[in-house]
Amino acid sequence: MAEEVCYSNGDHLTPEEVQRYSRHLILSEVGVTGQEKLKQSSVLCVGAGGLGSPLCLYLAAVGVGRLGIVDFDDVDITNLQRQILHSTADVGRPKLESAKETLEALNPNVNIVSHGVRLTSQNALEIFRDYDVIADGTDNFATRYLVNDACILSGKPNAYGSIFRFEGQASVFGVPEGPCYRCLYPEPPPPGLIPSCAEGGVLGVLPGLIGTVQATEVIKLLLRQGNPLVGRLMLVDALEMRFREVRLRRDPSCPICGDSPSIHELIDYDQFCGVGPVVEEPKEIEEITVQELKKEKDEGRDILVLDVRNPYELDICRLEGSYLIPLGELMERVAELNPDQDIVVHCKSGGRSAEAIRRLKTRGFVKLRNLTGGILAWSDQIDPSMPKY
Amino acid sequence: MATVFIPTPLRQFVDGQDAVQADGATVDEVLASLVERHTALKNQLFDDQDRLRRFVNIYVNDEDIRYLQRGDTVVQDTDEVSVVPAIAGGAD
Repeated sequence: MAEEVCYSNGDHLTPEEVQRYSRHLILSEVGVTGQEKLKQSSVLCVGAGGLGSPLCLYLAAVGVGRLGIVDFDDVDITNLQRQILHSTADVGRPKLESAKETLEALNPNVNIVSHGVRLTSQNALEIFRDYDVIADGTDNFATRYLVNDACILSGKPNAYGSIFRFEGQASVFGVPEGPCYRCLYPEPPPPGLIPSCAEGGVLGVLPGLIGTVQATEVIKLLLRQGNPLVGRLMLVDALEMRFREVRLRRDPSCPICGDSPSIHELIDYDQFCGVGPVVEEPKEIEEITVQELKKEKDEGRDILVLDVRNPYELDICRLEGSYLIPLGELMERVAELNPDQDIVVHCKSGGRSAEAIRRLKTRGFVKLRNLTGGILAWSDQIDPSMPKY
Repeated sequence: MATVFIPTPLRQFVDGQDAVQADGATVDEVLASLVERHTALKNQLFDDQDRLRRFVNIYVNDEDIRYLQRGDTVVQDTDEVSVVPAIAGGAD
């Protein structure tokens, strides 16, 4: 009774595809011509995480012919609250493997191309070359600027989305005459000032909202239908459920897409974002390992353990006897600290505590050490019963 | 008084409000009265030299003040001022 289904890689739709995409074929804006255009198209998703999940799922479902994914991470249990490409059984597997399996099960007509590397200035242009549209679903400023610049240099549109806590942004960059990410934000924040989603949290469904907007824009770009999100920045506030839009212009003085650009090749983005191997950093901030801290505490040394995380993070786990001042309140509450006391500062993994030390130094504090790896390292190496998050 | 929209990542510095009212005839004045009332917000918006941080954009209604008169842009009581800092999350 099983009829053999023919999945084809040709340019035209097979009978199976005609049925599969029937709701598209009866839209005049798509039709057979548009659907064949999707089939002949290629899209690169940078990141197979929160934003990459809905992006890849929808792009595969609608029948984009070739879908490339760049990711080098493994699935972690903390991903599953929002990264719906992956399942509980995938924990520990490379995200690319898990993604490919999920997407091929959804639509075997799509050719999934895996790029199991970290996107760098050395490989970005070569990887981008084979794709029509790039969708940026990464998670840090250095890669955001890299994706932007590589899109501009290779003339590819970039369906951009980013998320944090309850906030989302989306736009389309890299279209001729349109603005780019550098026109929107000429410079990244200094490292440590803005926490990552791993440190600051993100609502599980938010990447679903924004990634789906990105997928919509990708499909419109491929079909050349509708009005793309060019020159407009969409802002989503999931708490108030308010969608707003502000105007975005191409900056004539933009160093990469302006009238007389100064950037003609990809640069060192870690350095640009101040997160690279900085020479003076180790001297600037003294570190202490969790083993050393445990030893000093056991010896009864007079140390103040200052926890700069947010109060709700304390409900998950805390170091015994620690003193809490969230990073955002530190400068206002600096009088609560004694500059003559030995202070060990910690957060979840070491980023915010390093920033706290930088700020305290401006107020004359010197006896400061940063707990390497934060409370996660304590859980890993000293007390495995302490929950990780 | 103009309405200033505060994005969710910065709401912890304004007692959780999504929008606050602030006095001032220009963008500079509105932002000054905003951080005067909510002091913890100052370091988020301004650097050590009191310059607006370059990854924080300010819009009056839907227009970027960089394309108006920057800090001197006139703000009416009916105007909506938006603070829009860069965010980068997505895969993590």
